[in-house]
Amino acid sequence: MIPLSWYLIFAALLFAVGLYGVMARRNSVGILMGIELMLNAVNVNLIAFWRYLYPDRLDGQVFVAVVLVAAAAEAVVGLALIISAYRRHKTVVADEMTLLKG
Amino acid sequence: MPNFWSDPVGFLIQWLTNLLTGLGLSPELVKFLLAFLGAALLPLMAMLFVVFLIWYERKLYARMQDRFGPNRLGPWGIFQTFADMGKIFTKEIITPAGVDLIPFNLAPILAVGAVLLVWAVMPLAPRIVGVDLSVGLIFVIAAGGFGELAIMLAGWGSNNKYALLGGFRAVALLLSYEVPMVIAMLIPAMLAGSLNLVEIVASQDVPYLLLAPVAALIFFITQVAESGRAPFDLVEAESELVAGYNTEYSGLKFGMFYVAEFLHAFTSSMLFVTLFLGGYRGPFANEFPLLGLVYLMVKTFIVYFVTILFRGALPRFRIDQMLDLNWKVLTPLILAMVFVTALVDKIVVQAGGPLLVRTIVLFVVNMLIFWFSSKLLQRNVRPPRRKVSVQRPLATANVTPSASQGQDNLSA
Amino acid sequence: MTPLQIVFLIVTVATLISAVMVVSARRMLHAALWLILSLLGIAVLFVTLETSFFAIVQVMVYVGAIAILIVFAVMLTRRDIQDRDKVTNRGAWAAALAALGVAGGLVGALTGWQAFASIRPELAADSAAEGTRIAQLGMALVSPDAYAIPFEVASVLLIGALIGAIYVAGERK
Repeated sequence: MIPLSWYLIFAALLFAVGLYGVMARRNSVGILMGIELMLNAVNVNLIAFWRYLYPDRLDGQVFVAVVLVAAAAEAVVGLALIISAYRRHKTVVADEMTLLKG
Repeated sequence: MPNFWSDPVGFLIQWLTNLLTGLGLSPELVKFLLAFLGAALLPLMAMLFVVFLIWYERKLYARMQDRFGPNRLGPWGIFQTFADMGKIFTKEIITPAGVDLIPFNLAPILAVGAVLLVWAVMPLAPRIVGVDLSVGLIFVIAAGGFGELAIMLAGWGSNNKYALLGGFRAVALLLSYEVPMVIAMLIPAMLAGSLNLVEIVASQDVPYLLLAPVAALIFFITQVAESGRAPFDLVEAESELVAGYNTEYSGLKFGMFYVAEFLHAFTSSMLFVTLFLGGYRGPFANEFPLLGLVYLMVKTFIVYFVTILFRGALPRFRIDQMLDLNWKVLTPLILAMVFVTALVDKIVVQAGGPLLVRTIVLFVVNMLIFWFSSKLLQRNVRPPRRKVSVQRPLATANVTPSASQGQDNLSA
Repeated sequence: MTPLQIVFLIVTVATLISAVMVVSARRMLHAALWLILSLLGIAVLFVTLETSFFAIVQVMVYVGAIAILIVFAVMLTRRDIQDRDKVTNRGAWAAALAALGVAGGLVGALTGWQAFASIRPELAADSAAEGTRIAQLGMALVSPDAYAIPFEVASVLLIGALIGAIYVAGERK
């Protein structure tokens, strides 16, 4: 069947793509999309390890459920902040929000 | 070779396999072809069925409004839908300037696809089901999410601020009504002990309408709202916001939205029947699966009939009334129902009560909560108008002679 | 190459390509649509891992809620419908280098593990069917000596996020 290594390499590549998105994107919503990609890579990793190494225990599943919940919560709060910042500064480009710049 | 009447799908698979391997194809290819055929046939039957549904709805809706409905083309107007199809197929497909082509073209496909996905997990007859998915119930919920995405993309892709606003309002409505819908779907899952739709139908010795009537009612209301039908049809009503999110669609793309709406109403009626009315269950359904299919269709048409009655009889809600209804009435009620149903069911089952006791206890508890919540809601209903004046005496025709003689209205 | 491996390769390549399009698409809505495609690809991967529950929860939560929220945010925060700005900021090359370094480092660390290429699933060890596994997960999430506390903490987190989002994004009149 499919070896565990394939899933782990895929998760590592997806994580790297998400990391590039977070660091290189100008638009704040784009940065958030990169964060979602990274969280999904983590989920794939967790489920692959759980399914291959300890399929009859429940820790992996609970871990994944909590990561899913945390990802949903931070996406919601992040987008609320972005919308609120857009209302004030009329921009979502992360480079242009320089109010606190010294 | 299984008998056709006791196992129609098995019979057909066996017959086709014999035919195709007789033609010289390898068995794996035959299996793949049969799976592909099954997967293509189910949505095709659903789409062809819509032709009948549209006619049925138009006739019934018209009769409720004291008019005839389509009656020119064919006896009782049964060819009207074909004429409409011909018109929609031949209309020019106009793509407005400045639209984003990908969301604009993707939206009708997603709208129809989201509805057809639900047919894949619906148990149609005792041994006929598309996919026996162990998490079929939440698959239905997930498929509904695609429909909302389709509406957003339609509203955005039209390059039209009215369509965008219509899309926003539609998605706000759909996302809000998804909350009580999901919780109301959990109650049959709790009573059956499984998320598998086939098992939910199989464990309904007493239909769940009797075990959880309030949940059934709330599920029905939220399904009417999710389909975007009256009285929740604010998003695409003729007098509101041009035509909502499907303003800029013409020709076959609009036809797909139209088909998606009717099919969604029918599919949610079928889901209601599966979850609360016992699906394909009925006398002799196990021996003759096709009879189970007949029972399912009859029950679904009864529920669809009630949906059309809703449409014909109730005026449209405003958007704030709809959201008030959802967040202030439906969500607290369904949350209370989940708690109470879980508690009562667990107690009765642990105490080892037979099915009749369980039914009666749950039914009585449901009715109590319903009565209690309607008492609470009556405080918000507008009270009847107080009398502010004494009833004036009626003017009568007989005039007394003494009063009118010598009396001049213009005297100083 | 079994058919499952072919499906895995196709889905993996499609998901990675969609992820690359997410981080490099010019128009934000297209990036959001590519994100939906990559989330669906990950749901398919969950199905190949035989956890259909998480696959459907992934579609329901990520595609059905978070992706719609992201699409909403994209539609509410645009200045210009053409999105003519630059896609990446000044540090893009350093970011690419860092991402490549992270990918290389992770893959290198993984291949340095002895048991790397040899762990395959033994389906005979799949003791419980999917339905009972979900039931066990449900029981574990609410029983006090299993995972009730993380469950409650996660629900408190959700309530905090809900109230916070309403407060932050609400209009001040």
